Amino acid sequence: MSDVVLSISHLTKRFDQQTILEDLSLDVREGEVVVIVGSSGCGKSTLLRCINALEEIQGGEIRLRGEPIRHNSKNLPEMRRKIGMVFQNYELFPHLTVLDNIMLSPVRAQKRSREETRTEALTLLDRVGLKEKAGSYPRQLSGGQKQRVAIVRALIMHPEILLFDEVTAALDPEMVREVLDVIVSLADQGKTMLIVTHEMSFARAVADRIILLEDRRILEENTPEQFFTSPKTEQAEKFLQSFEFKRKKES
Amino acid sequence: MPDLGLEVLWKGKNFARLLGGLWVALRISLIAALISVAAGILLGVLASRKHSVFSAILQVWLGIIHIMPQMVLLFLMYFGTTRAFGWNLSGETAAIIVFSLWGTAEMGDLVRGAVSSIPAIQRESAEALGLRPIQVFRFVILPQAVRRLIPLSINLITRMIKTTSLITLIGVVEILKVAQQIIEANRKASPNAAFGVYLTVFVLYYLACRPLSLAAKHLEKHWG
Ligand SMILES: Nc1ncnc2c1ncn2[C@@H]1O[C@H](COP(=O)(O)OP(=O)(O)O)[C@@H](O)[C@H]1O
Ligand SMILES: [Mg+2]
Repeated sequence: MSDVVLSISHLTKRFDQQTILEDLSLDVREGEVVVIVGSSGCGKSTLLRCINALEEIQGGEIRLRGEPIRHNSKNLPEMRRKIGMVFQNYELFPHLTVLDNIMLSPVRAQKRSREETRTEALTLLDRVGLKEKAGSYPRQLSGGQKQRVAIVRALIMHPEILLFDEVTAALDPEMVREVLDVIVSLADQGKTMLIVTHEMSFARAVADRIILLEDRRILEENTPEQFFTSPKTEQAEKFLQSFEFKRKKES
Repeated sequence: MPDLGLEVLWKGKNFARLLGGLWVALRISLIAALISVAAGILLGVLASRKHSVFSAILQVWLGIIHIMPQMVLLFLMYFGTTRAFGWNLSGETAAIIVFSLWGTAEMGDLVRGAVSSIPAIQRESAEALGLRPIQVFRFVILPQAVRRLIPLSINLITRMIKTTSLITLIGVVEILKVAQQIIEANRKASPNAAFGVYLTVFVLYYLACRPLSLAAKHLEKHWG
């Protein structure tokens, strides 16, 4: 069995008095793609945000390659550089060009050379079909293009793990494909990823493991094949049914 | 053509004196603007943090500045404090102090507003990239705030230049005072001088402020 990259143990997350996640444990191994599904508001985004300490946690521990990630620790920026995060609404920096968005953190935070960073940025942009947009500003791009830039911005940091939070939820339907294709190719390259999505056929294709988050905890953990054909829990069945349409036709 | 009394401008050094008066007004507002921008950015950034005492200080300060007519502040500074504390304050220094107090409060509020108008998720997205807090501020928050700030602060500086017309009341010889002196001195020879001289004052104010408001408009379009 390969190494554990991310290890979440007994995580508890509360907002004020409301408990969102309780005693949640999850390991992600190297090269593994774990997809998290669950109804809206069940805490998927919160879980991802806890992992890079954008949220404080009230209990448990999160470790990356054995090193704890703590909200108030001095080395938090270093730890975060090993975790790539892609947000639902891209969150590119509007005052910087595509290239500068991508180069900001490698140059400023990782202190890598401009030359080397620029070369890699252009290579990565080329790989997602956006080399000619290097000098454009985010406002000049479509949603799908912005999201591919955001993925490149995370990739250039060479993170240990990539977190994707419903990265196609804000996109027009015709742009969903171009973004999901990029993520599938990352899976093929063996990247370790934790993906939250509502795209079920994508989840089935990309996942090594599917996790159903419901009721503050992991309700079901399964292979994609079994999850979609014969889920273990009633809740998973109900969840999957919510994606199907039925009509009663009068004869 | 009616007699506009423009000829007094060419008598002696009258026109140069008017320009000198304009320079006094501009100098006061520009020095005050420099102080206000520097102090306002500091105050505004401190006040934009959560639960900051500076936020409360700024609110009170701003409240006072808004309620008090500028003239009262000028009188208080120039006549009031010199008597009460027995120090010597030139009219120009008193004006710079009052304008800076006013400008710092307003600039502070503009900066606070601009910084907190940047969505929290922009900060989080920068933090998620592993930038240090100071880098997040320097490379992500500040540049976006400054873009929103520039048109607003130019507007503030323009208002400052206009308000310098009040400082003649604490004995500073600025453009308006020079204009009155010229008109007074030529009452007999050019009874119509008032129109020509004030028209010139109008044009000079316009020429001084117009580039600023053009720049503001341009930047607004460029960055908006
Ligand atoms: N900053 C916050 N303060 C208070 N409650 C929050 C905050 N963020 C999220 N929540 C609540 O936590 C729950 C989970 O939210 P979220 O993680 O965004 O769900 P999901 O991503 O699964 O749709 C929701 O009930 C939401 O209202
Ligand atoms: Mg969410």
